[in-house]
Amino acid sequence: MAIDVAVLVSVGRHPVSGRARRADADARAVELALSIAGANVRLIHAGDPGEPALRDYLGMGANTMTVLRMAPEADPVLPLSAHLSSMRPQIVLMGTRAEGGEDSGLVPYLVAQALEVPLVPGIVSLSLAGERAEMLQGLPRGRRRSLAASLPLVATVPVMAPAPRMSAFGLARRGTIEVKDVTAAADEARAAWTEGPARRRPKRIKVMKAASAADRVRAVTEMAAGKGKVLQNLPPDEAAKAIFDYLVAEGIVQAKP
Amino acid sequence: MIPLQWLIGICVVVGAVCALWRARRWFRGQPAKVDFVRGLMRYPRSYFVDLHHIVARDPYTARMHMMVAGGFTAALLLTLAVHLFNIDSRVLAWLLLVFLALMGVGAAFVAMRRSPKRARLSAGGFSRLPWSLFAFAAAFFLATLPKAGLVASFAALSVPGIVVLLLAAWGCAEMVAFLPLGPMKHSFAGAMHLICHPRFARLGAARPDSGLKPLDLSAPKLGVETPADFKWNQLLGFDACVQCGRCEVVCPAFAAELPLNPKKLIQDLARAVDPGGNDLAYAGSSYPGRSVGHAHGGPSQPIIGDGAMIHPDTLWSCTTCRACVQECPMMIEHVDAIIDLRRFQALEKGAVPGKAPLVLAELRATDTQSGAALASRLDWAADLSLPLISTKGECDVLLWLGEGAFDLRNQRTLRALVRLMRHAKIDFAVLGEEELDTGDLARRLGDEATFQDLAKRNAATLAKYRFRRIVTADPHVFHSLRNEYPAFGARHEVLHHTMLLDELMTNGALPKTKAQPTKTTYHDPCYLGRYNGEIRAPRAILDAIGVERVEMERSGMRSMCCGGGGGAPVTDIAGKKRIPDVRMEQARETGAAVVAVACPNCAVMLEGVVGPRPEIFDVAELLLQAVEAA
Ligand code: SF4
Ligand code: SF4
Repeated sequence: MAIDVAVLVSVGRHPVSGRARRADADARAVELALSIAGANVRLIHAGDPGEPALRDYLGMGANTMTVLRMAPEADPVLPLSAHLSSMRPQIVLMGTRAEGGEDSGLVPYLVAQALEVPLVPGIVSLSLAGERAEMLQGLPRGRRRSLAASLPLVATVPVMAPAPRMSAFGLARRGTIEVKDVTAAADEARAAWTEGPARRRPKRIKVMKAASAADRVRAVTEMAAGKGKVLQNLPPDEAAKAIFDYLVAEGIVQAKP
Repeated sequence: MIPLQWLIGICVVVGAVCALWRARRWFRGQPAKVDFVRGLMRYPRSYFVDLHHIVARDPYTARMHMMVAGGFTAALLLTLAVHLFNIDSRVLAWLLLVFLALMGVGAAFVAMRRSPKRARLSAGGFSRLPWSLFAFAAAFFLATLPKAGLVASFAALSVPGIVVLLLAAWGCAEMVAFLPLGPMKHSFAGAMHLICHPRFARLGAARPDSGLKPLDLSAPKLGVETPADFKWNQLLGFDACVQCGRCEVVCPAFAAELPLNPKKLIQDLARAVDPGGNDLAYAGSSYPGRSVGHAHGGPSQPIIGDGAMIHPDTLWSCTTCRACVQECPMMIEHVDAIIDLRRFQALEKGAVPGKAPLVLAELRATDTQSGAALASRLDWAADLSLPLISTKGECDVLLWLGEGAFDLRNQRTLRALVRLMRHAKIDFAVLGEEELDTGDLARRLGDEATFQDLAKRNAATLAKYRFRRIVTADPHVFHSLRNEYPAFGARHEVLHHTMLLDELMTNGALPKTKAQPTKTTYHDPCYLGRYNGEIRAPRAILDAIGVERVEMERSGMRSMCCGGGGGAPVTDIAGKKRIPDVRMEQARETGAAVVAVACPNCAVMLEGVVGPRPEIFDVAELLLQAVEAA
């Protein structure tokens, strides 16, 4: 019995060039869907059907994609939920969050709520066992948790899931896009924002005094504990001096001779 | 000698039928533009000059081949005259004896070459060949003796008559009747291949004809999936393979025991054309780590696949170094075939292994292999304040930086090159943010779409500015700009930096250098040497700065790849050894303290070799040291 797997895909944005591309996490969701034996994979996007980056998903091997035509800035939750509830797929997959827009990661939860099906966050693999899905959930530091749930379900796929296959030019060119017009509410809050590049937060300094490679590995992997000095009950100028000396020693400020 | 006459006649007819039968399989391929008349007119030069140049690199084989092929061809014509048409002439008979004797001696050379058994030579039908040659020569030698008046003629049913007939049957079966099917097939298919060569321009060309041909991206199927997708003259080329194993001996992937052997690859392609094709009759070395007997194919079956004719690992092990093409006496174009197959895998299946999909995605999204911002291409040169062509508008030398600008190791080379150009007061500029990757890597990986996109955009940028020539320190950039960009409208004079530096030294534009007596060996980059024929300039620089230059066993046009070409570092197919380790071993054998390189990939691959080894410097770095020491 073929199982319908819907993958919601969005238009991503390359972190360096800002160019439109397949969104990394969504591409991994497509990869995961294509790896499910006997799955009938359907791609769904809400936005502009003319966006060339959508073809990147078709190049992964799905022949068609349904695009719910709406303004790209509009809120996709209602049209997506409506489309999915008429389609009734057993599994809905998508990346944990988009690349652009609100990036809140809330869409999967809102869709699952609308469909009244459970949501499994952050899965890195999925296989079918009868009416149930057996999944591995990815946790920080490479840990995995095995889960099982009955169908239907919504699951999100994080960027730690297996890398997506290459998008083949020929397949991308041949794939077809079915357009369905929908009405979507304008996202008024978003219209008031201005978008800008994110700034990386400065990293905490970690002093590494490792003698051997093993020490260095340990220093990187272990949680730092009890490093440095704890200064308590110092007069303010002595405390300031201690901090200043530390910054000089770290080479962050230069002491005037 | 009526029976002998019949035998020859029948064999000639059977031979013609077999030739047509064999040719039928080539026409399972796609149509190709072939100028037969031109090919036929040029044939003597193609054969006696171009092909002979390659064969003559192995003097023993060249002598052997001259005796056998020359002796046989002349003997066959004379045999037809003397024994089939019964022309009664002592002169012809004597001449025939001479050529048959020559052929007999040649056959002895063939036998000696095969003993003791050598891994690169195929067994099977080829083991039988010296005896067949000998049988042919002996049979007609005996049969001609009476016609030359040396012995009394003997009856067909006498003992000598029957011996002659049996030997002639054997010899004629191999050398005439079934020639187009057995090991002698190479003579017939090889001649046709020279006449209809898919790269006809390479015959007699002054420098290698190495640029890939653009793929029509609007074609219904992109690249080669099945044997029938190859051009018919490519199929003919595969059939011309004489299984001499020269390509196997020089292949860096084979040497490092990656699962590739160019000889078996060509044999598999030749065998895949037959319905139910397999490799069971192949009697040479296999792909390292894979035994013979698992290949299955047919004219319209996919060539690449697990359990198909060729495993994907074999396809992706190739560094596109062209060593096989350089050595092949049948002038087969291995690299073109490999790229055709890769194009289908990349463009129609998206099946490119290892880290390659990631690199290709970054190329599409950022126009750089490493996913760096274009604006950061000049970061390494913040203190050099390189002039931008967008502000200058024109310059003498446009310096193309390449992907090396993002890599710490190669920034040192670029720095040296910039300082040398400043010493020589060259009016140069860079493109800065406007420089995109040339797409060379994408093209070698079969991603022609990404390559053409980058090539078109780069060509448009170049068209905006005025400069006399482009200089680059990266032979891969050099090759694509020089040989592959003209198809996209960018026709410019392109120089490798060693060519420019050599010119500057010759015309005295660079300051005096101090002799550097270090023992140094030069490693030729494939894309500079074999792809472009430039093996002189880097050596001239090294000699001019007075290093003690020693050559590795393989150097110049026959140099060995560092393992860095063709996307091999990103597809990363595992072998028993690593190609750079094999090459470094050859460098160590020279006792040199320095390996001079002229390519960012070579620098990275060779510096990645662990353990005590010579130091690696780019020719530009060595020259700068010599200039600054003075
Ligand atoms: S191009 Fe080089 S690596 Fe590829 S098959 Fe030929 S010799 Fe081997
Ligand atoms: S491909 Fe060329 S070099 Fe290789 S075995 Fe065949 S004829 Fe010889």
